Amino acid sequence: MGPFLFAGSLARRRRHRAVCSCRGFALVLPLPLRRPKAYSMTEQRKAVALISGGLDSMLAARLILEQGIHVEGINFFTGFCVEGHTHAIRNHHRQKPKRNNALWVAEELGIKLHIIDVIEEYKDIVISPKHGYGANLNPCLDCKAFMVGKASAWMGQNDFDFIITGEVIGQRPKSQRRDTMPLVARESGAFDRLLRPLCAKLLPPTLPEREGWVQREKLLGLNGRNRKPQIRLAARFGIDDYAQPAGGCCFLTDRSYANKLSDFWQARGDKSYELDDIMLLKVGRHLRPRAHFKLIVGRDEGENNFLSGYRRQYPHLYPTSHKGALVLLTGKANSDDLQLAARLTARFSQGRDAARVSIAVCDADGHQQTLTVRPLTPNEIPPHWYL
Amino acid sequence: MTRHELDARRLLCPLPVIRVQEKMTTLPSGDTLDVLCTDPGALNDIPAWCRINGHKVIDTRTEEHHIIITIEVG
Ligand code: SF4
Repeated sequence: MGPFLFAGSLARRRRHRAVCSCRGFALVLPLPLRRPKAYSMTEQRKAVALISGGLDSMLAARLILEQGIHVEGINFFTGFCVEGHTHAIRNHHRQKPKRNNALWVAEELGIKLHIIDVIEEYKDIVISPKHGYGANLNPCLDCKAFMVGKASAWMGQNDFDFIITGEVIGQRPKSQRRDTMPLVARESGAFDRLLRPLCAKLLPPTLPEREGWVQREKLLGLNGRNRKPQIRLAARFGIDDYAQPAGGCCFLTDRSYANKLSDFWQARGDKSYELDDIMLLKVGRHLRPRAHFKLIVGRDEGENNFLSGYRRQYPHLYPTSHKGALVLLTGKANSDDLQLAARLTARFSQGRDAARVSIAVCDADGHQQTLTVRPLTPNEIPPHWYL
Repeated sequence: MTRHELDARRLLCPLPVIRVQEKMTTLPSGDTLDVLCTDPGALNDIPAWCRINGHKVIDTRTEEHHIIITIEVG
């Protein structure tokens, strides 16, 4: 079968890919390449697409697939990603489909997806971003350069030709501006092998465009925060049911989460963290009654179960005379603090209006004592205790 | 055909998928992998990952404290 443009449904295209060995229509010429490699005139070009799970990266990959390029997705797990965790943990999310949006996008597009664990390397980006933070603790510009850099390394190791992202000029005030686009390309080391199909027409031609691997005129020139063009394009491609994240791709853009992370760093005395620390910030009510200790209070059975997995790492409290929350205690607490923690635990139990509630107080080694306390009243909990 | 096991209990998605992905690169086609996990999200994510990467989920069962997903390497 000769050159073929996939104008039909995704499913039709997937079926086509399953039965046909067509190599796409990109004719290529010998190139000045960074990587020495012998190309033939009909060689299938390969692009690695950063797939966040949102609409833009999905559309960008789809536009390039339409040009007959072999596309595979890459997705980075930083530990801060807004994905299945909270859905899996909280009771009221249990009825929602627990899909991973990046996997869903890959399946819809009919492409492979490589999910890469970057938890350790990403710490430097969050802790000391060269370009600073956005509105909260989101180091978007450093993050983008980091991720494109990782994709660039992957491209080299796997013999791919270029990278695509779903960036749109002007979409985000800090990280997706006309002047930050070349910065990301430069700092990532991807240079002109980084193609942004959604706004390519507003940027200088990249290597894949100059060499004719992709046709520039079929790329887009989207600009600004208006989402209507993307929504129209999605409709044209028959894509619905896509994820619409409210803020960004991760918890670092969330004000409440950023407050908890700042508090965590302040209490710790330095800006370091382990995966468990940042996971716990996603779960429960967080209260800091004193500078030297904090309580994490499960809000439902799902969160209590999740927190109970940390019982051997942290002191914890739970009511024994009534039903109620499991509470983890982080930091150091003396006997007065434990009394206060017990009264707070009682407050978050079904005995909140009782005269006395019995609370089991356990240390991480399994030693247990029972305190019988009067629950705190709402007026006795200053708002600033809530993080 | 060899049967392998991967303990992904207490890991939250997508970590079970990442661990499966890493393990699968070391296994020959036709072998099977039993993945033990506790995050119910894995019931969706691991089969989705298998579908797009050419592997087959041949069994899923729920035990008292965890889920076992058996994958045949494609
Ligand atoms: S929202 Fe989060 S994941 Fe997305 S670019 Fe910003 S810091 Fe990175």
